[in-house]
Amino acid sequence: MKILVPVKRVPDPATTIRVLPDGSGIATDNVKWVINPFDEIAIEEALRIKEKQGGEVVLVAVGQQTWQEQLRTGLAMGADRAILVRSEAALDTLAIARLLAKIAEEQKPDIIILGKQAIDDDSNQVGQMLAEMLGWPQATFASKVEFQDRKCTVVREVDGGLETVAFDLPAIVTTDLRLNEPRYASLPGIMKARKKELKEIPADSLGVDLTPKLKIKKLDPPPKRQAGRKVASVEELVQVLHNEAKVI
Amino acid sequence: MDEVLDRDIIDAVRRFVDRDVIPVASDLEHRDEYPHALVARMKELGLFGATIPAEHGGLGVGFGTYARLMEELSRGWMSLAGVINSHLIMAYIITHHGTAEQKARFLPAMARGEKRGGLALTEPHAGSDVQSIRTVAKRAGEDYVLSGSKMFITNARHGTMLAVAAKTNPTAKPAYAGISMFAVEKSERGPTVSRNLKKLGYKGIDTCEVLFEDVPVPAANLIGGAEGQGFKQVMSALEVGRINVAARAVGVAQAAFESAIRYSQQRVAFGKPICQHQAVQLMLADMATRLEAARLLVANAARKKDAGERCDLEAGMAKLFASEACAKISLDAMRVLGGYGFTVEFPVERFYRDAPLMMIGEGTNEIQALVIARRLLELHAI
Ligand SMILES: Cc1cc2nc3c(=O)[nH]c(=O)nc-3n(C[C@H](O)[C@H](O)[C@H](O)COP(=O)(O)OP(=O)(O)OC[C@H]3O[C@@H](n4cnc5c(N)ncnc54)[C@H](O)[C@@H]3O)c2cc1C
Repeated sequence: MKILVPVKRVPDPATTIRVLPDGSGIATDNVKWVINPFDEIAIEEALRIKEKQGGEVVLVAVGQQTWQEQLRTGLAMGADRAILVRSEAALDTLAIARLLAKIAEEQKPDIIILGKQAIDDDSNQVGQMLAEMLGWPQATFASKVEFQDRKCTVVREVDGGLETVAFDLPAIVTTDLRLNEPRYASLPGIMKARKKELKEIPADSLGVDLTPKLKIKKLDPPPKRQAGRKVASVEELVQVLHNEAKVI
Repeated sequence: MDEVLDRDIIDAVRRFVDRDVIPVASDLEHRDEYPHALVARMKELGLFGATIPAEHGGLGVGFGTYARLMEELSRGWMSLAGVINSHLIMAYIITHHGTAEQKARFLPAMARGEKRGGLALTEPHAGSDVQSIRTVAKRAGEDYVLSGSKMFITNARHGTMLAVAAKTNPTAKPAYAGISMFAVEKSERGPTVSRNLKKLGYKGIDTCEVLFEDVPVPAANLIGGAEGQGFKQVMSALEVGRINVAARAVGVAQAAFESAIRYSQQRVAFGKPICQHQAVQLMLADMATRLEAARLLVANAARKKDAGERCDLEAGMAKLFASEACAKISLDAMRVLGGYGFTVEFPVERFYRDAPLMMIGEGTNEIQALVIARRLLELHAI
């Protein structure tokens, strides 16, 4: 099975994010960058599928040269090769989906596994757009993925429960948090990754309209947390939770 | 080895420490519990082969990178660096002095962490004075028979083998010429790990008394195949050991400093965060400066070692300075945290208890000073 996994570079979830004073973006000094955690789950799932039934895991990222770092981490986890679609400009989800569709047409994977969303801008759009563009079935928010020949069964996490869907390959799956626990890149894996193919393609060579349809106007930091308050008794606590916080 | 690769490797270990080690370290340490799960993870990561050359199945990282890895592990929990250190010193001795057959037999399995080693030099009555050890190895046919006792042996219980110093010629003059090293694999014929020592810090990891009661060891396990080379073999590994201990001190000091600078911004006293009080700022500045100096001394010694140069002076200075800096920084961190620093709710008390080991292990700091002075007098002879 040939599996394509798109990968995004995002700030480490453990980093404290500071919004620039003019609201145009976030301060990137002192930020550690990692693979989007949902994409890491996607890579892990792809590797498990490959370990079970053979095949190839190809990573693809759309970004700047620094994004090589995250692709290399994915290669160190065990992916076979990687493609970096170089774009210096930040692109919106539509442009990303269009580029990925081009790559998919060229690579002809049996399945594309993406994170359900990136933890930086939480768009939750690329997988769905890509399915539409390719005309493939999609199963978003997967918590379980199984195969029987060319048939794929996915358990989806939906509001209030689980939904099981089945469809034929090729298809799109987006991962939810509980799908698996991603492995570490081992140190020997990191060494091997250095010798794996990491191909760069300029984004503007793919003949895709990259003009942004979406403009970020302003970012606001979340409101500062209020200081806690001490209550004298359990009775008062219950009162406060009921009347003020309205949680019970 | 290129820089990017080194950085990736260090990042991977940093991540392991942040995700898996820091959340559980204090708890395991307080219970003095061996970290089986973490050791299994370190095996998966490939840390047991860090400095073992690639042709023998290891990663073959340089000592500069190795020092950074040990620093990272110690930032989480110093005991984990101990699991790796004497294992890799044993591997170093085999790599540099072992026969081709010994390298092939031991190194790949050690790199995978299947065979896990340690170093058994110290005896109940002989630590700094290695030459006065009393364990003897007598030739008997195809074997040597070892008898004696060893003290403070790290990894003795959970490891599978030990590099043991023993006298093949107890009456040799000078005494060191009678010492040989053996790669001893534990079996039902011995040695016996008689007890784990209870310690102030550096808990969780096994530091044991080991008894050799006529333990037969195949002559093929005499490291290098010739008698009387043991002292030289051990001494050649000391630079590496000292760089390692110095790096551990930097890691513990880093953790202590981070605890202090975070807490100082959260704790309010007399109407402002305590980091706004100048007395606290002086401490923070002093801690960070010592920490930086220690780290640079370690990097410098490691760089010389990687360049194949003699670095006993630099490694000694790094070990001496970094371990003293670590002890001071962990105590100062406790001052910054006030009463909370003295409780087990914060990890600073653990750093404070772990710090003194680095002043003692791999040659006490007094011995470091002697080594440094001796070398200085050589270099500055008139
Ligand atoms: C937790 C722990 C783990 C250890 N792990 C290992 C291990 O895995 N393998 C192993 O072989 N050993 C191990 N050791 C032993 C360690 O290396 C020794 O404790 C150390 O070398 C000091 O030896 P000693 O304890 O016998 O002290 P001594 O040598 O008796 O020293 C006592 C004091 O005398 C001073 N002193 C001694 N000689 C001189 C001198 N010539 N000039 C000035 N001062 C001097 C020392 O500096 C020290 O202050 C470990 C120790 C500990 C505590």
